[in-house]
Amino acid sequence: MTTASSAPGGLNPLRQTKPRYGEAIIKGVLVLAATVSLFTTFGIVISVLIPSLEFFGEISLGEFLFTTTWTPLFANPQYGVLPLVMGTLVITLIAIAVAIPLGLGSAIYLSEYASPRARRVLKPTLEVLAGIPTVVFGFFALEFITQVVLVNIFPGIQVFNALSAGLVMGIMIIPTIASLSEDAMAAVPGGLRDGAYALGATKRQTALRVVIPAALSGIVAAFVLGISRAIGETMIVTIAAGLQPNMTLNPLEGMQTMTSYIAAAGAGDVATGSIEYKSIFAVGLLLFVITFVMNMISIRLVRRYRQAYQ
Amino acid sequence: MTATLTPPANPEAVDLRGHGQPVVDKAFRWVLFLCLFVGIAFLAILLAYVTIKGWPRLDSRLWTNMPSIRRPEQAGAESAIFGTLWVIGFTALFALPIGFMSAIYLEEYAKPTSRFARFVEVNIQNLAAVPSIVYGILGLAIFARALALGQTVITAGLTLALLVLPVIIVATREALRAVPQNIRHGSLALGATQWQTTWHQTMPAAIPGMATGTILALSRAIGEAAPLLLLGAVTFISFNPTGPFSAYTTLPIQIYNWTRESREEFQVLASATIVLLLVILLAMNAVAILIRNKTQKRW
Repeated sequence: MTTASSAPGGLNPLRQTKPRYGEAIIKGVLVLAATVSLFTTFGIVISVLIPSLEFFGEISLGEFLFTTTWTPLFANPQYGVLPLVMGTLVITLIAIAVAIPLGLGSAIYLSEYASPRARRVLKPTLEVLAGIPTVVFGFFALEFITQVVLVNIFPGIQVFNALSAGLVMGIMIIPTIASLSEDAMAAVPGGLRDGAYALGATKRQTALRVVIPAALSGIVAAFVLGISRAIGETMIVTIAAGLQPNMTLNPLEGMQTMTSYIAAAGAGDVATGSIEYKSIFAVGLLLFVITFVMNMISIRLVRRYRQAYQ
Repeated sequence: MTATLTPPANPEAVDLRGHGQPVVDKAFRWVLFLCLFVGIAFLAILLAYVTIKGWPRLDSRLWTNMPSIRRPEQAGAESAIFGTLWVIGFTALFALPIGFMSAIYLEEYAKPTSRFARFVEVNIQNLAAVPSIVYGILGLAIFARALALGQTVITAGLTLALLVLPVIIVATREALRAVPQNIRHGSLALGATQWQTTWHQTMPAAIPGMATGTILALSRAIGEAAPLLLLGAVTFISFNPTGPFSAYTTLPIQIYNWTRESREEFQVLASATIVLLLVILLAMNAVAILIRNKTQKRW
């Protein structure tokens, strides 16, 4: 090798003889395709930011973020986003109160208790839930959960209410939380479990005191991602929670969320350039920023547990 | 917790296989199973409910009649079925090539240390979790208004393509990663270029995995409604799309429209359409699972 490469002017049979333009072009095209995803993020940022800046030229940021009346359709419109944030918050809280215990419980069962055969059946079945379109969940929340189940428990409940939307959304998020938490638990080395068993721990003690703490960053990442999905979910709340901004904590009442405002206002015939049109983007910006921060936290946490057990 | 301290009835009989575990451990196992059971039971009730409710309308009227507000007994979802086919066709046309190429770049070409590749990767992870309604805003501002494509099939196709791109990229990367390095090294050692190796060796081995991921991504696009609310699909459409610049409606949007009608007939119709949509999605999932099981290769 050394003689061949050091011979001046000598032919090196292992070196490529002619430049391969085709290969370079192909690589260029592939890189270009990969940048599409960057342009998507860029496009999202631009498309929410520019109309939002115009919006904040007319409505001050303080009024938008800290006042409590959202009436864009009134003759004298007011743009205080807090009722929408409150609606999102109430429904998200109900959803995670359902999804976190059920999702984590499912994950522990699948990862620590289920036999491989049971797991092969149960896991895909649970994941079918993740494949059900959200419009179907919305229909089910309104028609069945509210009008068949909840009216019998809470006679005063409104037809459109936060509770049904939150409960169904919680079920929808179970697979997200269960499968990500289970991935994290599966990444915990078997040696840790064996160590616990050798010390006389039961299966429950091992799961709760060894596996969960070891997988904690991954589990928290799953929670954060689940919350982010709840905040961003649109169809369930649009159908089942009503479209009335409502500054309340009472889950039996209807309320509007950030997402359902965007959906309702965007679906209507709003004149381009009007303040109402721009308000869609301002709410979109707020929604994007909130979910972006949560996604970044989740990505960080996942990377941490991957590094810990590689 | 007190139960853990209760000694077993016969201390001599405690064996090491866990049969002597205290009540709390057994209860814990049951609680966990119950958690899993709630999700699965919910799924079963949902499927039973929509099937029973939609049963009277599950006939040919559903796919041979157009939507109608006045005569619910004659209304169908033909325009929504064709609209869905058109939109998903364009989604696949845009998303598949770009998704496959991005994945090949990240998995086969980019160096693991490349800052650009790392940046693209984190970006894709984030995009996968951006709410779908935000993609609707993107489609409205960029495709419908800035590029003046209007509220058409092509705008919907482009928007949904961007929405499912992260799913396709992640699935394709996993499929490529499952192809062992020896195959690439063997090909490169025989003098093949990097692209020849990718095209003739790695890709053929990864195709089943790519197909599975693609079907799952497209089935997500079929069920998606939120971004299309912003892109004009809600308007009353009683004709099939005639081309990429035609107005359209889709199955999930048609379901949404019917849930907003107060008359019970429309709720029945919505249920029947949900059953149709779920059958399509379950069939796609079944095909994906079939491909995975048929072609699963042990290297």
